[in-house]
This record gives sequence, C-alpha cells and structure tokens, in this order.
Amino acid sequence: MDLIARWRKLDERYLYLALTILAVLFPWLVRSVRWTQVANFFFVYALLGLSLNIIVGYAGLFQLGHAAFYAVGAYTTAILSSRYNIPTFWLLPVAGLVSAVFAILISRPILHLRGDYLCIVTIGFGEIVRISLRNDASSLVFLSKIPGLQFLEEKLTGLVITGGPNGIFGINRPGILGFTFRQQWHYFYLFLAFVALTIFAMRRLENSRLGRAWTCVREDELAAEAMGIDTVRVKLLAFAIGAAWAGVAGNLYASWVTVIAPESFSFWESVIMFCIVVLGGTGSIPGVLVGTVGMIVLPEILREVLLNIQQWRMLIFGAAMISMMVFRPEGLWPSQRFRRELEAGD
Amino acid sequence: MALLEVRNLTKNFGGLTAVDRLDFEINEGEILGMIGPNGAGKTTVFNLISGIYPPDEGEIRLNGQSLLGLRPHSITEQGIGRTFQTIRLFRNLTVMENVMAGRHCRTRAGWLGAILQPKSQRLEEQSIREQAERHLQFMKLYEQRAELAKNLPYGDQRRLEIARALAIDPHLLILDEPAAGLNEQETNELMQSISQIRDSGITIFLIEHDMKVVMGISDRIIVLDNGKKIAEGAPAEVRDNPRVIEAYLGREE
Repeated sequence: MDLIARWRKLDERYLYLALTILAVLFPWLVRSVRWTQVANFFFVYALLGLSLNIIVGYAGLFQLGHAAFYAVGAYTTAILSSRYNIPTFWLLPVAGLVSAVFAILISRPILHLRGDYLCIVTIGFGEIVRISLRNDASSLVFLSKIPGLQFLEEKLTGLVITGGPNGIFGINRPGILGFTFRQQWHYFYLFLAFVALTIFAMRRLENSRLGRAWTCVREDELAAEAMGIDTVRVKLLAFAIGAAWAGVAGNLYASWVTVIAPESFSFWESVIMFCIVVLGGTGSIPGVLVGTVGMIVLPEILREVLLNIQQWRMLIFGAAMISMMVFRPEGLWPSQRFRRELEAGD
Repeated sequence: MALLEVRNLTKNFGGLTAVDRLDFEINEGEILGMIGPNGAGKTTVFNLISGIYPPDEGEIRLNGQSLLGLRPHSITEQGIGRTFQTIRLFRNLTVMENVMAGRHCRTRAGWLGAILQPKSQRLEEQSIREQAERHLQFMKLYEQRAELAKNLPYGDQRRLEIARALAIDPHLLILDEPAAGLNEQETNELMQSISQIRDSGITIFLIEHDMKVVMGISDRIIVLDNGKKIAEGAPAEVRDNPRVIEAYLGREE
C-alpha cells in the first residue's frame, strides 16, 4: 500500500533489534542534554501509552482519565520517598499496586457502562483526583460529617499530605548498588530498559488466554459472556494491569523530575495519552511508539524548526492531527485486527 | 434423572408474558426439540436457561443444582454451551481463535502466567490449541482455521458456532435454529453432526423451524405457543396433535 505497509512486512524482530541498537547509541549520537531529555519524555509517555493501550486497545474500554492512575503512582512514590526516605526503586511495586487497587475500586461500579458513557465518567474521575491532590487533606474533611468521625475535622485541618497546589519536593533519586541516577542519560538507560521490558510483557499478554479474552469482550461482550468468559473480571483486570503500569510510569517520572504537582496530571495529560493510542493505531504496540513520537517528539522538533514562527506551532500540530484522522483513521501503525474492524465498520 | 429441569418458568417483558409457567425437563443423552410459531417465546427460554435474562418466577436446575442468580459465564462453566439464532461469532478473530476462546472457562492461565510463561502455561496453551483443532476437525472446519470468522460462508459460520460451543465441554448443548439459512446438503450434514455429538455423550436441546430436521433427529419435542407448552411427546405424536396443528395453521371455522 505505502511505505509503512511495506515496512511492516519486514520481520518484526529485525525491526526491534535495529530500534534497540539505535536507542542504545542515541545519547552518543545526539550528544545533547536537551534531546536526551526529550527522549526521556518519550519513554515516560510510551510507558503510559502502552499501559492505556491495554484498556483502550485490547479490551476496547474508552478511558479518558488515565492521568489519575499515573498521578496515584507518582504521589505514592513522592509521599513515601520524601517523608520516610524509602528508596524509589523499592517503591516501584508499591506504586503499581496502589494504582491497581485504586483502579479496581473506582472502575468496578462503572464497568457496565458502554463506550462514550464510560469515557465521560473516567474524565470525571481524572478531574476528581487532580482536584483532591490540589486540596490536600481538606478534600477528606467530608469524612468528619459521618457520625462518630467528627474528631477527624480537627486532625485534617492544616494537615499536609500532597502539598496542595505546590506539590511535593525532595523526592529521592533512584539508586542501585551504590550508583545514583542523576544525569539525563542515566535516566535514559533506566527508562529504555523499562520500555523494553514493557514491550516484551505486552507482546506476551496480547497472545495469551487473557489477551484473547480481551479481544472477545471488545468484539462481542454478550457472546464472550455466553462462551464462559467472566467479562466483568476480564475488564477489571484490564483496568488493574493498565493502571499498575501507569503507576510504575508515575514512580519513574517522580524519581526523575523529583518535584511533582497536581498540574502535571491534568485532563490534558489524559488526552495526550489517549491520542497516543488512537493516533498510532489502537491495540498496536508499534503504533503506540509511533503515536508517542507524534505527540511528544514532533512538537519539540517543530519548536526547533519553527523558531521564527513559534506561535504557529500548535496550529501546524492541530492541522496534522486533523488530516491524520481524515486520511488515516486506523492510525499510523494499526494492529491488523483493529484495521479489519474499522474497514468492516463494526 | 433429568439433566435439566425447568419448573414454572415465567418471564414478562412489560405487559407481555413471553414465557408463561413453563414446565419441562431434558433427559440425559436425548435430543429434545422445541418448536412453535414465531413469537412463541422459544428464544426467550434459551436466554433464560443461559442466564442472559433473569426469570420472573420459576426454577431451572442442572443436575439438581439451581442455576438461578448465576451470571451467564458461570452457567456456561456448569456445562451449558449455546449457539445464537443470529450468528454471534467474534468476527475479526480467526476460526481457530474463535474456538480457542471457547476453551477459556476450562483453562486457568492469568496475567502473570501470560508474561512469565512458565511451563504449565505453555502446556496449557498447547492443549487449548489441540482441543480447538479437534473440534474444528469434527465440524469440518480445519482447513479454514486461519480464515477470519466473518469471511466464512454462511453455512460454515453456523458450524463454527457449534464448534465454539463444543469447546467449552458442555453436558448440554442448546442450538438456536442451527439449520436456518442452510441449503439441503448442508442441512443433511448438520443433522449428521448433531447425531454424532449426541452419540459422544452430549445432551442436545434445539429450536428449529425446519420440520424435516426437528422431526428427523429429535427423540422428543415440546411445542410452545404464546409462552405456554401446548404439547409434548415423540415427533409423530406431536405432529398429529390437534392443538399443534391449530397453533400453526389456525382454527378451522
């Protein structure tokens, strides 16, 4: 069909090998702190995109509140690290677990909602999380209205947990065997390893019993249920695993920037993550990577190239997005299966 | 003992009573047919048995165990496989993957197993494939296993639905108009397959409009009209029953 189609025909293993070699050499090739930093942003969003891809791509659940799970992971890390001085690497599983539990608690009551309705509710949850983080402990004061818990009002007033609008400072840098990650290129390799690990895990998930069950639920929920698939459990697992991975991304992000604030987890972040998945090709791992390039790296390149016409940057970006949706609605690198679904119109 | 026991089953949709105090049972190893004019409530009975609708009243027991309140997937797990009147395959999955999906409730691998792939998970995956292949061979779909389900001809899609339902290892297989839309030859093959499935020890309950099929393979038939059972018995008895003739053809004035 076109260049991309021909590219796809290459054995994927060679492609991944070539990309890995290129990625490993990247910091030496560019020799620029700024572009290494852009690459780190790319990795964080690739992780977020891959995690959201489980929920949106595999299980077909439209979710526009993914920043909430990212935030839970980041804040869990930040609070435990800055207060109790726990090494952030130890907090990786903790962040993932807390995000997963949080995801199960909020998604269980809304799982029966379909398509756009689910989408709207998740937007709401995302905003509630951000606003609660802003309001710090006072967002829990409502608990003191419960009879018997009046004493909480006094205790919660003035209590600092999330740091309100200012967020949290002084998050520990990650370290391993006496080595501490400081430079951008240190983090580059750390994140690269995590992205590689994630791609490896996602590929296996895709082709497993659970992966098939997700696809069945996306295709025909009633038939899936009638064939003995516990659709509630399977959808809950998609949310939990997706959220856990976003929580891990939050941990890595927090330990990288060492300062986090509620505004890093706004609705706009959820939109970017959703765009990464849809732009690249829903349900496709290479698609998520291409989508991340489009959403994270491309604006930075435009910033460089269009030095004199800075104010046009977002305009060009917007035009690119619109033409994408018109000319290539299945995404830049769609999964075979999703392309078929779009072509069939069902 | 009866494999499936239905007692006093009632389902209302708004003011319409789709199924009205229905009593019947399915004996182990038989082929039970259900016929009735359009709108008699046959598919509703199927949906009540497979748990898609909750009944308003009554009791459904499989091997003496009540199925009420169970979600459809648990009822399937108890051993009731089904097909749909309007074909509901996973259209964008391959033929093979469709049948593999039917093995879901008989296998266990979770997310951690999928990622770490211990030996037990790989063996299980292999057994899923082998079982699926066996069912595809039985329903004569093995050659088409790599095709997408939606690209199969209509008759093959009907057979694939049966293969998928067989993959769950059912005690009871319920077939909703399996011969609908099939030509003469396909219908004959289907009747043969259904008999073979029964001979392998699976009890069959089917709705069918094609009288030749229903009369030809059923051991017993129940007749539904306006949600009520109006006749029950061997095919020949049912055929000559005046109430059945009336329900189908109307009363002679």
